[in-house]
Amino acid sequence: MKHTRNYGLLAEFDTPTHLVEAAMATRDAGYKKIDAYSPFPVEGLAEAIGFHHDLVPLITLIGGILGGTGGYLMQWWIAAVSYPTNVGGRPYNSWPAFIVITFEMTILFAALFSVLGMLALNGLPMPYHPVFNVPRFAFATKDRFFLIVFASDAKYDAVQTRQFLEGLGPRSISEVPD
Amino acid sequence: MADEIEQGEAGQAPVIEPGHTFATITDQISSIVLTRPTSNGWYLGFGIAFVIVMIFLYAVGYLFLKGVGIWGVTIPIAWGFAIINFVWWIGIGHAGTLISAILLLLRQSWRNSINRFAEAMTLFAVACAGMFPLFHLGRPWLFYWLFPYPNTMKYWPQFRSPLVWDVFAVSTYFTVSLIFWFIGLVPDLATLRDRSDNKAAKIIYGILALGWRGSARHWHRYETAYLLLAGLATPLVLSVHTVVSFDFAIAIVPGWHTTIFPPYFVAGAIYSGFAMVLMLAIPIRKIYGLEDFITERHLENSAKVMLATGLIVAYGYGMEAFMGWYGGNKYDLFLMWNRLHGPYHFWYYSLLACNIFIPQLLWIRKMRTHPVYLFLISTVVLTGMWLERFIIVVVSLHRDFLTSSWGMYYPTRWDWAIFIGTLGFFVACMFLFLRILPMISIFEMRTLLPEAEVKAE
Repeated sequence: MKHTRNYGLLAEFDTPTHLVEAAMATRDAGYKKIDAYSPFPVEGLAEAIGFHHDLVPLITLIGGILGGTGGYLMQWWIAAVSYPTNVGGRPYNSWPAFIVITFEMTILFAALFSVLGMLALNGLPMPYHPVFNVPRFAFATKDRFFLIVFASDAKYDAVQTRQFLEGLGPRSISEVPD
Repeated sequence: MADEIEQGEAGQAPVIEPGHTFATITDQISSIVLTRPTSNGWYLGFGIAFVIVMIFLYAVGYLFLKGVGIWGVTIPIAWGFAIINFVWWIGIGHAGTLISAILLLLRQSWRNSINRFAEAMTLFAVACAGMFPLFHLGRPWLFYWLFPYPNTMKYWPQFRSPLVWDVFAVSTYFTVSLIFWFIGLVPDLATLRDRSDNKAAKIIYGILALGWRGSARHWHRYETAYLLLAGLATPLVLSVHTVVSFDFAIAIVPGWHTTIFPPYFVAGAIYSGFAMVLMLAIPIRKIYGLEDFITERHLENSAKVMLATGLIVAYGYGMEAFMGWYGGNKYDLFLMWNRLHGPYHFWYYSLLACNIFIPQLLWIRKMRTHPVYLFLISTVVLTGMWLERFIIVVVSLHRDFLTSSWGMYYPTRWDWAIFIGTLGFFVACMFLFLRILPMISIFEMRTLLPEAEVKAE
């Protein structure tokens, strides 16, 4: 008997250790679509819910390469092709003088790609999310730790999943309306 | 990490006073913004700063109307206060990035309670710094000519000039500092969103929090991005003052044309920046009762950084004098003579007193931990660092190679109005920041508690 209007079941815990243990147990029980919420980064929690692929470093690297290459090519094109200025017979492509701006552009683009990439992968900004409908979820940014099993999970069943979560010893369990 | 904090080294004050929980940390820091009434002291302080901002706007308006002729800059001293203040302010900004990025990479967890307002200090200081070269342009409304953009004049910037490097260095520095600061704020803005009772505040913090909900996947990517930003900001902050020093070192003026400038500028920047951090932290922790979070350990560590960078600066002065003599160049020799005996000799001796001799008091432990003494020493260091830039800019320029082009520099009331005006602008921004944003990173403070650690079964 599945509730079609349900988004998932949210269990509340008191300590980060308890949350990590609960997340591991839920994964071991065969649930795949789960997530955990904490007021600060908890070590090992991402692994416990089965998250491994972090693309942020790659995106940052791409940003840095684009910024550095673009920064140098811009200076070369301007100083050697579009607007050549002869300074005492020195070469137009005077690369040592272009290093500083190449470096700054590398940093600028890597930083922007890193942050924007992180936000895009996280799907932020996202002003509305079903978990915000649970009043107790306000404590997720204070001192409580939450574990959710999404209703879209193949193994999800409103009754059995609730029983399973109760077995983990949470402080409370709430249904998340969609 | 938590164990180190609990025990600390023998005889060291803790980073966070014992007895706190996730909830008390959250409540104590967020209450400053959300529930505590705005004090009369805040209104008074902000009011004074606001009046100074108005004087600043008046002076800047007059400057736009009349041009840089209202300043004391003349040939041979064409740089004057504008460049002195630019270098001074941007140096102050460096400590914020050092605390937030370099100390993060070095796993100095004591930084967690001072990084937020130190980063805010960086932003406001860089904003003050950035104004001066623009005012100095003469036609500041055409500042966008500095950037390479296709234009009908068929003109491009000259990328072989350190002044153009400066444009890129400072604008990159400001942008990266801003996103670093904002990204650090996002989880705390979510806390404020969830704790606020006021509808308008909930909406505004909610929009700024970007819908942050603390998902484990989000935290993972967030931490990666934050660490990468720290890694990027570290070489960036070292490069910024290096590039600023190139503005001088690449010229052939005696006293400027020296390879020691980049490291000695960076050390000086951190020196003055920590002095400013202390000048802000000491009153803030007292007024807002944050002695639990900004402890004696923070004061002492900052004082130690000041002492160390101050010694590097002292080495820089010594090396300048030594190379003046050892290099055998008569213009360099004259520069040293002119510093010691020329018309500005009083300021050179004051500089030595402020930057080298008085800060040696920091060898005494009591001076490093006593808020009042530390505040006074920080004032002295900030004055000294301002004098250093005055000596570098004015004394080098006023008597260079040709006696026929010697001159003197006299700042006018407009120079002072704009300089003091930026101080008011900086303080006003800090007051607003303290009132509307959490001045201490709440989520990073939570990670300092022993119960934040996941214990293995």
